[in-house]
Amino acid sequence: MTSAAEIVRQAERDDVRSRWLLSAPALLIIFFAAIGPLFVMLAYSFMAKGDYGDVRFGEFSLDGWFSVLFQRDIFDDTIGLADAHLSIFWRSVKLSLITTIVTLALGFPTAYFIATRPPHTREVWVFLVTIPFWTNLLIRTFAMQEVIRNEGILNTVMIRLGLIDQPIQLMYTDAAILFGMVYVYLPLMVLPLYASMEKLDFRLVEAGYDLYATRLRVLWRIIIPLVRPGIVAGSILVFIPSLGAYVIPRVLGGGKSMMLGNLIELQFGAGRNWPLGAAISITLMAMVMVALLVYVRNAARSGAQHG
Amino acid sequence: MRQKLMTATAATALLAFAGTAHADGELNIYNWGDYTSPEMIKKFEEAHNVKVTITDYDSNDTALAKVRAGGHGFDIVVPSANYVPIWVKEGLLLEARPDQMENFKNVDPRWVDVPWDPGRHYSVPWQWGVTGIGVNTKVYGADINTSAIFLDPPAELVGKINVAPEMNDVLYATIKYFGGDWCTEDKEMLRKVRDKLVEAKTKWLAMDYSVTDKLPAGDYSAVYYWNGAIMRSRLANPDIKFGYPKEGYPIFMDSVAILKDAKNVENAKLFMNFIMEPENAAMISAFAKYANGIKGSEQFMPEDMKTAPELVVPAEFEKAGEFLESCSPEVVSLYSRIWTDVQK
Amino acid sequence: MASRRTFDLRSQPAFSFVALFTFFMLYLPIAALVMYAFNAGSSMAVWEGVSLRWFYEAAGNERVQEAALRSAVIAMFAALIATIAATMAAIATTRTKPYPGLTFKYAFINQPLMVPEIVTAVALLIVFSRIKVWTGYSGLGYLIAAHSAFCIPFAYLPIRARLENMDLSLETAAADLYATKWQAFRHVTLPLLRPGIIAGFMLAFVISLDDVVITEFVKSGGQDTLPTYMLGQLRRETTPEINAIAVAFLLFSVLLVTAFFFINRRKV
Repeated sequence: MTSAAEIVRQAERDDVRSRWLLSAPALLIIFFAAIGPLFVMLAYSFMAKGDYGDVRFGEFSLDGWFSVLFQRDIFDDTIGLADAHLSIFWRSVKLSLITTIVTLALGFPTAYFIATRPPHTREVWVFLVTIPFWTNLLIRTFAMQEVIRNEGILNTVMIRLGLIDQPIQLMYTDAAILFGMVYVYLPLMVLPLYASMEKLDFRLVEAGYDLYATRLRVLWRIIIPLVRPGIVAGSILVFIPSLGAYVIPRVLGGGKSMMLGNLIELQFGAGRNWPLGAAISITLMAMVMVALLVYVRNAARSGAQHG
Repeated sequence: MRQKLMTATAATALLAFAGTAHADGELNIYNWGDYTSPEMIKKFEEAHNVKVTITDYDSNDTALAKVRAGGHGFDIVVPSANYVPIWVKEGLLLEARPDQMENFKNVDPRWVDVPWDPGRHYSVPWQWGVTGIGVNTKVYGADINTSAIFLDPPAELVGKINVAPEMNDVLYATIKYFGGDWCTEDKEMLRKVRDKLVEAKTKWLAMDYSVTDKLPAGDYSAVYYWNGAIMRSRLANPDIKFGYPKEGYPIFMDSVAILKDAKNVENAKLFMNFIMEPENAAMISAFAKYANGIKGSEQFMPEDMKTAPELVVPAEFEKAGEFLESCSPEVVSLYSRIWTDVQK
Repeated sequence: MASRRTFDLRSQPAFSFVALFTFFMLYLPIAALVMYAFNAGSSMAVWEGVSLRWFYEAAGNERVQEAALRSAVIAMFAALIATIAATMAAIATTRTKPYPGLTFKYAFINQPLMVPEIVTAVALLIVFSRIKVWTGYSGLGYLIAAHSAFCIPFAYLPIRARLENMDLSLETAAADLYATKWQAFRHVTLPLLRPGIIAGFMLAFVISLDDVVITEFVKSGGQDTLPTYMLGQLRRETTPEINAIAVAFLLFSVLLVTAFFFINRRKV
């Protein structure tokens, strides 16, 4: 008896050990080239900055973290809020939120449209959303530039139609970044929304109409609550990469309209302040983690409701 | 079947690795973007059977940061004059003694005993030019020989200006605009400079590098930028005119230097000697439209460069131009803090 | 009842309109991009007739050739490494009752998906530049390592999904027939798993091919991939050559995705 149980336990232990061995390569690669460096960066954020970039290795300093929010005036050394940083933080959050809202406003009807097609054509519509999604981010950003630049399609068409007589300056503005982010991240909204709408039970919708609900009411009271997990997932999937966007503002923002990603890059390049760059990176990561936490709690709650 | 496919792809991949090494040697150049004549590189590759790779950077600070970080893999870098002493002091450059090279006799004496590299122990001239104003005269027709174009822009130009994101050039013009001297430590003056730049920046469209296509195309109507790029813009669109800021404008020279941890030192020295050959120096200038520092290169240059208003400084503006010397470390750190304020 | 039939309860007015507009929006920029690639003139602004000129220029541009080749080499190695590691990890984390460390493994493997790319990029810049100085090696290995890491979660997803839907009975049967663990894996599990592995490999390949940010920060001198080369060019003089490169790249991605689509469709 005991020996049989012993054998089973031994087998289980062996199984767990071989499972650790099997997963070791993946864990090691990720540790070496993704997670580990984050800890080094955390350490760097607490070191003194070198004169021309880099850090003074091992020299402890809180200056990096201090300068995330505060600055010493160049001329009289008074301490004030680093309004330049704050405005970039604010711009990043604002643009990411607007991007999320706009992609939701466009993506929800689109996902609904796909989900209500006959089953065999749905795949084709989904495929049409997937293609831009798998196209290189940079190429899509560049494609957007073709649309919004002064001699781009948008301005040309509006001038031809007589709506405007001077091209509207969109490039290098916040609006340009917004156009780019909505375009680039839209599929990330549509796909999870579609996944949850596909499972939507239209008998519930029918029941709603049977009870004389209006279309708007059915949408608001029945459909939206049912696809809420999709809405939350899509919003998170759009919000997180928007917050850390780097390529889109770099190409469409013209070096003037910066977002957090560009502020970080600046510190590691011309700004010559690695500890500050590291501190901002960790702040950005913390913001993303908070967003993810909100998502996980939300998902758990709706899971409890439906399951 | 799939296994065969895998082996085949792996083999091609390996061949690809091997394929890059057919030349006798390699040379990794780290230079400003859009600055290196492809024809000249091709000629060098063929003459010495060396495979040249060029990587672009867009500011002195970016280049310095990348090289200082280490593991960069470059052999040659092309810093601007007042940055050369920093590179030397940081121990990043090799004392390659170009002054003892065969073609050094071609260097214009004006560029030999330069303050940033006396006697040229580290670097050889690449190109030099001035930073000035480029304006689309269809949009704005009045006087353009002033820094006011980008510091106090006329209404027609507000929101259509691009300014080179290079600290020294921008600060120099602004200090001069207020009548100060380069390397000044006068706090009152510098406060005015910073406030002016922060205010003026709201009236700019961009601080970017894509001038040679966006200025002629009309995306920008005015720029504060380097004369060669503005000349190229004018060749694409005759409405573009060049202005010399009468308050003062910087003259720059970028010099070719070899990095201390270069892997291909011999090829890098060959390259240094190569670009001091008048014909080759002329190829560099013909591409980027800046003057070089090599005697006798003029005869190989395209005709339009000999009379270009961007390159031939009118007598009345000659005195306004000044070579930027390196300021003391305290001043440099003060200036870079102002610059950080502007960039944010 | 009959009148109820004509009432389409799925329809939401205006939704179809917004949806079609969205699809139009999704493809308009791509159409513009493709169109200008065929512009005969050298300006991005003025249309001067149809020509293949820029495709020839791009194909003849040595820097483009090198960058494209480098992209392919990195993607090939990174996808290969990521797929092998992910397959092993997927086998280790599926079809088992929870054991200590299982959740940790999930979190660890999916971590690259959750951290903003720019953050990983600068962290890698810090660490790899030190390692480059210490070891004196600055080859493509760093890029391949970095790409492998962020490709693993993408390769892992379809492989794990496939494994979870797989029938255990065949492997049990193999074990009953005295097949060793390896034989059972080699002749039973692996063939069944193949569609998942191919899908994972292709996903990883596309993800590696597309990367801009991490590559931009990790690359050493002369290690431009096609996306970082394009990023550099975008900030300078842009000619339709960039469009031509982008269109070729686009075509390649579309082909891959289409193939992926059909492989996935066949799966059940």
